[in-house]
Amino acid sequence: MMRVFVNGIGLLGPGLPGWAASLPVLRGEAPFQPADVLLPAVAQLPAAERRRTGAAVKLAIAAGLEALAQAGRDAADMATVFTSSGSDGETIDAILTVLATERREVSPTRFHNSVHNAPSGYWALACAATAPSTSLCGFDGSFAIGLLDAAVQATVENRAVTLIAYDLPYPEPLHSARPIGATFAAALVLTPDRTARSLAELGIGLEHGVASGTAMPDRLLEALRLGTPAARSLPLLGAIARRAGAVGIEGIDGAIVAVDVTPP
Amino acid sequence: MHPLHLSHLCVATSLGNGLDPLLAALQSGRGGLRPCSFESAVLPTYTGAIDDLDNMRLDGEFATFDCRNNALAELALRQDGFEAAVEQARQLYGGDRVGVFLGTSTSGLLEAEHAYQSRDPVTGALPVGFRYKTTHNTYSLAAFLRRRLRLSGPSLVVSCACASTAKAFGNAARMMAAGLCDAAIVGGADTLCLTTLCGFAALNLTAPGPCRPCDASRDGISIGEAAGFVLLEKATPTPGDVMLLGIGESNDAYHMSSPHPEGAGARLAMELALTSAGLTPGDIDYVNLHATATLVGDAAEDRAVFDVFGAATPCSATKGLTGHVLGAAGILEAIISALAIRHQFVPGTANTTRIDPSFRCRHLLDSAPSMVRRVMSNSFGFGGSNCSLVLGTGANAWLGAAG
Repeated sequence: MMRVFVNGIGLLGPGLPGWAASLPVLRGEAPFQPADVLLPAVAQLPAAERRRTGAAVKLAIAAGLEALAQAGRDAADMATVFTSSGSDGETIDAILTVLATERREVSPTRFHNSVHNAPSGYWALACAATAPSTSLCGFDGSFAIGLLDAAVQATVENRAVTLIAYDLPYPEPLHSARPIGATFAAALVLTPDRTARSLAELGIGLEHGVASGTAMPDRLLEALRLGTPAARSLPLLGAIARRAGAVGIEGIDGAIVAVDVTPP
Repeated sequence: MHPLHLSHLCVATSLGNGLDPLLAALQSGRGGLRPCSFESAVLPTYTGAIDDLDNMRLDGEFATFDCRNNALAELALRQDGFEAAVEQARQLYGGDRVGVFLGTSTSGLLEAEHAYQSRDPVTGALPVGFRYKTTHNTYSLAAFLRRRLRLSGPSLVVSCACASTAKAFGNAARMMAAGLCDAAIVGGADTLCLTTLCGFAALNLTAPGPCRPCDASRDGISIGEAAGFVLLEKATPTPGDVMLLGIGESNDAYHMSSPHPEGAGARLAMELALTSAGLTPGDIDYVNLHATATLVGDAAEDRAVFDVFGAATPCSATKGLTGHVLGAAGILEAIISALAIRHQFVPGTANTTRIDPSFRCRHLLDSAPSMVRRVMSNSFGFGGSNCSLVLGTGANAWLGAAG
């Protein structure tokens, strides 16, 4: 089992506007009331680049910056693991739509924004971050594999790693083929050692052949968890909010990333 | 990092199936780029297309995964005794102790392109036969390989554009170091699709003829398709074994689709790879360049390689043979690097006749026999993603670690 420390958390989802504001809901002390997700423009980007960023980039960067601010860390030398099932679906839809026409005039900006690692690329531009950054996909298990990969990197490389998990609905017609329920991002700053800012200690392991992950007690939060890959983080965030707990996060084909949350 | 053994390799490219046609092309300098005739794409460019894929289908229990990208993965798996080697590893370690760490840029996006061409004229809906999860989604490649090879260890797909399959080596090495698996399948596939053909054309980055990396009159890339996989194991190296010795990853933080003009990110990746391997620039016998034949990309890399290695270390770009296979470039060029070590030669720069006179590195036009103990292989992608690998022979791995 690996042990890492959480030093900052970013959260952006329906009715979950930031980590501190969401604590009562995550602890079950206040009702969950879904509301529109407001995506801030990326103030750190030059105007020309800022105009080119879509919802996926804004979502991922907002969550990441919130987590880093809490952790009191500089983004420039922070390794990052981005994880998402489909990244920027709006851009993919726009390209696929134009490719189905006679002229097939793909916009160059759309094209470079279509790569799965576009949020990582804009993050690097916004934060002058030259540290290693990867962008992963694990379909519905994207959060679980991202957490595992980030914890492994923090442990093996003995460095701080920020995990940024994000997903958002595709526009139609792709939405019907791959329904993603909500716009949601969660970010965790992980370190191999305890720091003055540590919020929780995580013991992380991989288990096989387990039927399902930990559910959310609230019906609407459970629907959010099941409908959006990045929201599979909710049981972990709930346990950190309560300062303790053991949760299983669904990975791929019956694999579970088991996390034991204890006070730091 | 602790050296890892590339115990088995397999590959499929437009040069043919398996390692042999690739080796022959590397040694002869004769490649497989032809005028683009992909589907209905009317583009004045050349591609490294694999004709076998047009008629290849995944069927039976794997029918749900059927798409050009997964079919290419299947084609590669059938080569070079790879399937049997993986089965042996599965029995030795257990299926849940073999990880699957792959990369792809566009996965089965071609299926979505087809689906958008067949939308319901009234409702706009995609055809019912469109299988998003097992084709279009970036993870479908790993889902297919896990089921196909009956493996259940940790798995993920890296999608960092053209650095994807190089970076997957890092995920695998770290997972093995953390004890989450004993062996790993590393590699991936990328196939032709209209998105990349039309997208690179829109950026004015596709060459009208076969690409000429580092040539004074280079005029863009040729897009290709390829799949390759390696089995990574912790086994103690013996002389002649090819090992992964080091890996370096960085980000340009400069531009989404243009490299840093001074190659700062590329240089950082190479330096980190050397540090990770415990080696110095003088220990590297050959650099396999990313060089795709774009004006700015090749120039930036020449500068970065010169800054790290100086003017003496031989280097070359092999994309004139296969085209730029995008997300699969990292694994293809790791395999090319392994062949250079196994067969003791340095590949040339196919199609190129005159190296850009402003370049300062020691670029090789022609393949030549040479003592090759350690190779650096570069892969750079959109989003400023950079990855450099160091591969070397087993005996030297220990010398390197000791030195």
